[in-house]
Amino acid sequence: MRQVAIYGKGGIGKSTTTQNTVSALAEMGKKVTIVGCDPKADSTRLILHSKAQTTVMDLARERGSVEDLELHEVLVEGYAGIRCAESGGPEPGVGCAGRGVITAINFLEENGAYTADTDYVFYDVLGDVVCGGFAMPIRENKAQEIYIVTSGEMMAMYAANNIAKGILKYATTGSVRLGGLICNSRKVDKEYELIEELAKRLNTRMIHFLPRDNEVQRAELRKMTVIEYNPKHPQADEYRSLAQKIDQNTNMTIPTPMNMDELEELLMAYGIMEE
Amino acid sequence: MSVPAADITNWIDSPEYKELNFARKDLVVNPAKACQPLGALICALGFEGCLPFVHGSQGCTAYFRNSLSRHYREPVGAVSDSMTEEAAVFGGQSNLIEGLKNAYTLYKPGLMAVFTTCMAEVIGDDIKAYVDNARKQKAIPEDFPLALAHTPSFKGSHITGYDNMLKGFLEGLAAPRRHATHLRLYVVPGFDTYPGNLREYKRLLRILGVTYTLLPDYSDVVDAPNTGEFKMYPGGTPLAELQEALNASGYLFLQTYSTSATLKYIKNVQKIPTETVPMPIGVINTDKFLMTVSQMAGKSIPAELENERGRAVDAATDAHPYIHGKRFALFGDPDLLYGLTSFLLEMGGVPVHIISTNGSAAFAKDMEELLNSSPYGQEATVHLGKDLWHLRSLLLTEPVDMLIGDSHGKFAARDAGIPLVRIGFPITDRVNLHRYPIVGYAGVLNLITMIANAFLEEKDRTSTDAYFELLR
Repeated sequence: MRQVAIYGKGGIGKSTTTQNTVSALAEMGKKVTIVGCDPKADSTRLILHSKAQTTVMDLARERGSVEDLELHEVLVEGYAGIRCAESGGPEPGVGCAGRGVITAINFLEENGAYTADTDYVFYDVLGDVVCGGFAMPIRENKAQEIYIVTSGEMMAMYAANNIAKGILKYATTGSVRLGGLICNSRKVDKEYELIEELAKRLNTRMIHFLPRDNEVQRAELRKMTVIEYNPKHPQADEYRSLAQKIDQNTNMTIPTPMNMDELEELLMAYGIMEE
Repeated sequence: MSVPAADITNWIDSPEYKELNFARKDLVVNPAKACQPLGALICALGFEGCLPFVHGSQGCTAYFRNSLSRHYREPVGAVSDSMTEEAAVFGGQSNLIEGLKNAYTLYKPGLMAVFTTCMAEVIGDDIKAYVDNARKQKAIPEDFPLALAHTPSFKGSHITGYDNMLKGFLEGLAAPRRHATHLRLYVVPGFDTYPGNLREYKRLLRILGVTYTLLPDYSDVVDAPNTGEFKMYPGGTPLAELQEALNASGYLFLQTYSTSATLKYIKNVQKIPTETVPMPIGVINTDKFLMTVSQMAGKSIPAELENERGRAVDAATDAHPYIHGKRFALFGDPDLLYGLTSFLLEMGGVPVHIISTNGSAAFAKDMEELLNSSPYGQEATVHLGKDLWHLRSLLLTEPVDMLIGDSHGKFAARDAGIPLVRIGFPITDRVNLHRYPIVGYAGVLNLITMIANAFLEEKDRTSTDAYFELLR
């Protein structure tokens, strides 16, 4: 069983990319589980065709205790046998979302959510590694490989670099490694070259460049992945190609994050920041 | 509801108040449980040379030590890395590393058990990674034995913490199982605060001629001899036997609910032959314990133990009239309650109110079966997740003859005008009770002595001159 964590700036398309890629893996015959680690709980709607799944923390709040939950209430099967769980969390502005992630992952593990026939577990993690709770998926014996979703926009690259710092901390003590950057294109100038260079600087590689295509949005409106909504569309093949690359990826590295000056130099070299 | 102050004392004894009290949801008054790290600390004391190390707040650590010292009347050593405001913001790594270094240098332990308080858990400290960094930074030697456990106080109770810590010892320090012939039986007592019980297990296993390890064994730590010389580490299960723990011939668990995660790890993950018996309280449960050991180790029961059993049965017969038909309320940990209920049913005692703050649904189901198996069990109700204020209403509206539980029960017992026989943890207002076993046939004698004599004392104390008899 491979456990994979997907990180990246908020709104960059982590959940969309994860669900499309996981659908492609499922098409290849893989048994995959998605664990959404975000209080917004939007990591599984395209697989389950629903507005939002009942989360572990929703039910815990309702029942008063996570111990009263049954696994089948929060682990639901969707498209192509993909199993989905969402950690959920508190309302914005109160409580501790990070602890919610810890509680939810512990619950899933203790109750045998990761069965022996599972090929992949994908953790779709909220924007940044803001606290200990959001690093839970990359603790020892959990996700061993991480992919960062980014684009050529400065803040996305800034976040990617920050996440690399977090990974470095865990990589030096554990076995978690960076598997690569996924560029979810925003049609920024020289985006391909820029992310390739960013990857090089971070001691990894751009595992795939996903072109921007409105078919993704059309599928999303129907609560579906492109793989399911329009399997013949070229964009579906892009996700298939990414899934294949992840499946065959052996290039796991310890990242070398940059400092702020280096990052700005890089952006300047590619003409994004004006001098 | 407004009630004149003068009437409140009577009002809270009424059935009407009981209804309100039972409907109470948002307030807990005197729960019969402590928190996870306290259980982890007791577990850690059971390994020779082990220093318990609390990753979290200093105040919590003082509370654990204080609770144990008041019960055992012994010093209890444990250190904390004293997380404060800054640690809450930045994570507790530097506290842990510096703390490990200090503790190692100052107290020279043979091993340490690191476990957590709420604070470290809420911010999500990854203690495994921190400890690895401590080794890299040479705060402690690279190969220094450490056991780790996450013990969030806000989840479960002291028995959960005990379980998590014990599993942490096995996962962290036991060498992988080799496939060869092994002869040593590992006996897990579970969360048991009686050094007298642990000594009784060892005595019985010795008499049976079994090669065994008690895992863990804190009897010599919480009940060390006073020789005039202070020993920081007065005993416990040797590290070597912990390291060989996965090479056991088999495992025998003497409790069910306080070691469920450890049991799963041994039985399902390590696939070591494993048996579980109820805590050996009473004749039936002691029989089960001895027969199971005898089967697992291939030893027959010697005449010496048959004689002990005979004496226990004789004592039960002698004291029968004083316990038979008497009504009891009990509270405490699930394993203890199961054993005590079984013992009372053997004696013809009638358990009526059974309160378990930290009992599980599985416990409730097992209790139901046990109570249904006896004509004396028909009146009993098991109250899961309830506290001692709930118990008080029960005692006042549906009276019983005796309360059995720890010292916290003394207030409700006083209000109800019934004797409290102190069994469990903590016992802070009587001496020596932890030194007398309540398990095994010796435990049967001690329980009968405590319970029957408490009734007889009560009778002498309350009888009028005309009924003040020499013979009882």
